Amino acid sequence: MAKFKLQFRTDFCKGCELCVSACPKHILAIGDEIGAKGYRTVVCTDQEACIGCTSCALVCPDCVIEIFREDD
Amino acid sequence: MKPVFTITEGMLPVSTSYCPGCTHGVAHRIIMEVLDEMGKLGDAIGVAPIGCSIVAHKFMNVDMLETAHGRAPAVASGIRRAQPDKVIFTYQGDGDLASIGMGEIIHAANRGETFTTFFINNAIYGMTGGQMAPTTLVGQKSTTCVEGRDPMKVGMPVKMCELIANLPRAVFVERVALNTPAHIRQAKKAVRRALEVQEQRLGFSFVEFLSSCPTNWGLNGPEAAKFVEEQMIPYYPLGNLRTPEEVAK
Amino acid sequence: MPEKILMKGNEAFAEAAIRAGCGFYFGYPITPQSEIPEYLSRELDKRGGKFLQAESELAAINMAYGAAAAGGTVFISSSSPGIALMQEGMSFICSAGVPLTILNVSRCGPGVGGIQPGQADYFQATRGGGNGDYRIPVFAPDSIQEAVDLIYAAPPIADKYRNPVMILADGMMGQMMEPVAMPEPRPIIKPEDIPAYKPWAVTGKAGHGNVKNVVQSLYLQPELLEKNTEDMYVKYADAEKALVRYEAKGLEDAEIVFVAFGTVARLCRETIELLGEAGVKAGMIRPISLWPFPYAAFNEIGPKTKVVISVELSMGQMIDDVRMGVCGRLPVKLIHRVGGLVPTSIEVKNEALAILEGLK
Repeated sequence: MAKFKLQFRTDFCKGCELCVSACPKHILAIGDEIGAKGYRTVVCTDQEACIGCTSCALVCPDCVIEIFREDD
Repeated sequence: MKPVFTITEGMLPVSTSYCPGCTHGVAHRIIMEVLDEMGKLGDAIGVAPIGCSIVAHKFMNVDMLETAHGRAPAVASGIRRAQPDKVIFTYQGDGDLASIGMGEIIHAANRGETFTTFFINNAIYGMTGGQMAPTTLVGQKSTTCVEGRDPMKVGMPVKMCELIANLPRAVFVERVALNTPAHIRQAKKAVRRALEVQEQRLGFSFVEFLSSCPTNWGLNGPEAAKFVEEQMIPYYPLGNLRTPEEVAK
Repeated sequence: MPEKILMKGNEAFAEAAIRAGCGFYFGYPITPQSEIPEYLSRELDKRGGKFLQAESELAAINMAYGAAAAGGTVFISSSSPGIALMQEGMSFICSAGVPLTILNVSRCGPGVGGIQPGQADYFQATRGGGNGDYRIPVFAPDSIQEAVDLIYAAPPIADKYRNPVMILADGMMGQMMEPVAMPEPRPIIKPEDIPAYKPWAVTGKAGHGNVKNVVQSLYLQPELLEKNTEDMYVKYADAEKALVRYEAKGLEDAEIVFVAFGTVARLCRETIELLGEAGVKAGMIRPISLWPFPYAAFNEIGPKTKVVISVELSMGQMIDDVRMGVCGRLPVKLIHRVGGLVPTSIEVKNEALAILEGLK
């Protein structure tokens, strides 16, 4: 069970890759899905490995990413 | 599930019209986060410039008005007189603040106006398609200096924080960057301290954000973040240049 | 009967603005109206308002925009070259739908010109020097009392139309002294009461139902810009009916009809008396609203009139509107001086007689 859950508002994602570059665990990538704005949007390739550092959400210019923590 | 990072209600739930990788979105968000955390979204009045962020009012969930190019500090000075108790900020780019608006910002800072100016320095003109800004770096190419900025023709890039820090009533002056998570955290702290200085009516507060313009730099988002790190920060050093002792660190 | 006091024009204008309920003034010194910021710097803060000397007229019009967009009742003043600097701001403020009272104590131009009186800002005032489609109601007093009354009347008109309103006085009026009765002061509206009067103002959304207000001028979508402009002109159509003011005297059997405003109208009154003594009947149409211009007044011109003469301290600007009012029925001529020179009533009489002679 993943400790942290990433939620993406892919409708806002412009595929800028800032989050991909910022993630210290390298678990974000630009996928093949085309979002509402016509860009290929972000996907998380390994939710289990997320450490909840919020680097991705901090650098995202488009309010795409929200992060939640599973209750212990 | 507990929230670790959620989007502030200070940002309207609409996609911005800014380019992919443009850090306007980051600057908007952290300013709105701080206002939200201070409980001031209902008391804030924002002053948008001419530039890409003239449309800031479509994304920032506070009362806002548009202004003519460069005039935002004068407009904010007028608002302050009509609304003595509200949180007032201007949000301006290179051309607006450091070119056509140079007179207005220096005088507002000199008067110690009790609003906060957020200055987005991306070393180029965005909205109009990539012309040279007063902040364009030496050797940096733009559509009006295709061979690179030549200081012998147009002078050195303007360091706004250093200029403003010389004015006695500009009591909070800090330069931050938006290109890494650590820098963004620091930037948000500077925004908070600037707005606290405003709240205490100590004088003029100014935060300069080193920002990206991927489209006009011809770089993608991560490359642009690297340009800020390797080219801009050495010339525009990060850090606080003025702070009143009264503001808690 | 309110008490009359002898006052200098500029000081009377400033006092009238305070009494009109204007809580905010932003201005820059410029001859011949520097006494206005000087007076307000002493008085305005004492009476509950806020005075700020701006770094330029460019800054002043923008400070005015800010305070007015935030719901303040704002008065600003300048003279011709300073008004030129404010043109961008005026176009912006009209487009944004924000009220403002502007006083131009005009001097002679063009350019830096001189510091003596002039009326060559007529085009600037009525056609506007800013870009795009907009209108500003313009009122031209001919006495300090009338200026005081017009300044007092301006803020409610500006608020009604959410538009700037301009009073066009001239340097002569600013500098002379006349007895004047001041109106009862209106209170300055407190910031917390503003949302009730001006629900559109940017005052912090908590004060108006937690739904944010935006005051703007940019409309990138053509349909929206067209709509905003058309909406402005609905207001202007109403203003064209409601705001026409003029004075017409002696038109019934006049051979000559003078058209003059401001200081020139005063000397034309004397000219009319002198012509009467010389056996020539003359009358005058004195526009008080320059925009909307009182075209209908020209329908009152009688059958004996041979010529309409526009008398101006300019190379002839109002004469264009006079021609439109006369609509080709009669010859329209110009008597004028520029450079800051003001003709005497005798000089105007002689020129008028020469014009009449020349028509034979």
